[in-house]
Amino acid sequence: MSDAAIVVEGLEKRFDEVVALAGVDLRVAPGTVFGLLGPNGAGKTTAVRVLATVLQPDGGRAEVLGRDVVLEPDAVRRRIGLAGQYAAVDPNLTGRENLRMTGVLSQMPKERIAGRADELLDRFELAHAADRPLKTYSGGMRRRLDIAASLVAKPPVLFLDEPTTGLDLTSRNALWDMIRELVDEGTTVLLTTQYLEEADRLADRIAVVDVGKVIADDTPEALKAQLGTTVVEMGLVGDGRAARAHEILAGAIPGRVEQEGDLIRITSDQGAHVLVDVLRRLGDGLEPDTLTVREPSMDDVFLALTGRHAESVEEQDEAEMRSRAGQEGSA
Amino acid sequence: MSTVSVTVDTERDRRIPFGLVRDTISLAHRGLMAYLRVPQLLVFSTIQPVIFVLMFRFVFGGAIDTGSVPYVDYLMPGIFVQTVTFGAIATAIGLATDVKSGLMERFHALPMARGAVLTGRTAADLTRNVFVVALMMVVGFIVGWRIHTNVLGLFAAGLLVLLFGYSMSWIFATVGLGVKDPETAQAAAFPVLAPLVFASSAFVPTDTMPSWLQAFADHQPVSATANAVRALTLGGPTAEYVIQALLWAAAILLVFVPISVRLYRRAV
Repeated sequence: MSDAAIVVEGLEKRFDEVVALAGVDLRVAPGTVFGLLGPNGAGKTTAVRVLATVLQPDGGRAEVLGRDVVLEPDAVRRRIGLAGQYAAVDPNLTGRENLRMTGVLSQMPKERIAGRADELLDRFELAHAADRPLKTYSGGMRRRLDIAASLVAKPPVLFLDEPTTGLDLTSRNALWDMIRELVDEGTTVLLTTQYLEEADRLADRIAVVDVGKVIADDTPEALKAQLGTTVVEMGLVGDGRAARAHEILAGAIPGRVEQEGDLIRITSDQGAHVLVDVLRRLGDGLEPDTLTVREPSMDDVFLALTGRHAESVEEQDEAEMRSRAGQEGSA
Repeated sequence: MSTVSVTVDTERDRRIPFGLVRDTISLAHRGLMAYLRVPQLLVFSTIQPVIFVLMFRFVFGGAIDTGSVPYVDYLMPGIFVQTVTFGAIATAIGLATDVKSGLMERFHALPMARGAVLTGRTAADLTRNVFVVALMMVVGFIVGWRIHTNVLGLFAAGLLVLLFGYSMSWIFATVGLGVKDPETAQAAAFPVLAPLVFASSAFVPTDTMPSWLQAFADHQPVSATANAVRALTLGGPTAEYVIQALLWAAAILLVFVPISVRLYRRAV
């Protein structure tokens, strides 16, 4: 038996002629959080759906707790929880009814279902709304109920597909805390995200996914060591000023200096201190017209790893389209 | 792996007896709750057949010649069949909504009995039909419908209508899982149903139709079921009509249950 909770080897999936997964390899250690980071259409959702036995792969294999997702789908389903991108709960039922139905369909013994539903309603701060139909729930409440539903059978492995997409900051932080708690209790979590910050905060290991392939698989610390902790972006308009700035700064300051048209991007691990050094060196005549100091984003990860920006590809994946439609609808 | 997780493992794989029945009841309950919580669904799907009753009974009925049989007694069996036929669209809309909302994705990742989503949905729609058909019978009695046989005949007629409605639900399960979108399912249903319901013996005898149309109208499931229900409530030779209707329902189920189950596996 393998010592990994999730093993993925050479996983392939096509939708007509679009390749969603082009040979993905992953190993997730038990009791850890594994983050799949990538833009829309990178194949993250498809990977989760194959692992959750929702989709059949076209090639390669995948195991969850030693059970093959194709050969033993029922055994896998008894060990996983899945919260997809869209709150998959019945709008006509109450919160409590939704959780109880999931308990029955998870093949839980009857006597354990009601208690477990109450426990989750408390834990996800939904007890006050337990007997209200979902129509009265806010987006954040639905999302919490959706994740609670994925936990009814106490699955040892949990898949969360972009769990915080569309959540406000407070709900997001609360959800992050809940995910941490679950992992402390021994749950293995595989989550997908478009946010480096989220992967960094939660994941013990991050795989960066690009057009159906894993292009990096490392700890957040190692990834960030490659990336730096601070990104400074300066606009210097006109007369080759950006080029001159690039010439002065490249090699002179700790960190990577790139030029893109009128834009200079400095990636450094010196925090905001690097800014003082940069401005001193540029001196008169090269004052930046615009200036941004920020943490690295997923796009910076992509630039560092591939030399190009992260592009959202149109995916044939309906969940992705649904999620986009949903975001537009709620915006 | 530690011994603890091994014990948990066997526990997790233990099967609950009658899983399919348990899952079906749970999902049927869910489907019926929708009718209770959104009563408009039921009201609007019942208003339409009531309007048909009033229209055919009082507007067109006088001009339709059904020989020695009073038109209302000819009409009501057709109304029952028409009601459950159009009502089956709800099965398509319900399943397509689940696919679109992402609920189907969760169902696919749960260790439930294969096909339970479909048996649950069709069981909910069958239960709804029990109420709707009973209600339409009451409406029929109010506008003068009379049974010429006996209570047993009426009961058998009711069962036959429900069986036919159940088989139609499976046709529409296939439609719903195929189109995966509730609006499309609704739009796709009418062009299929209109010829079945109107080019039939449901509202008028087929013998005034042109011969090509009559050939179709006399050999399709809506007519067969309406004729059988008529035989059961009007009297006269019955067995042949009832057998024909039963064969149609059985044939529809034999074809569409396997197709729906196959589509369900792929519908995400």
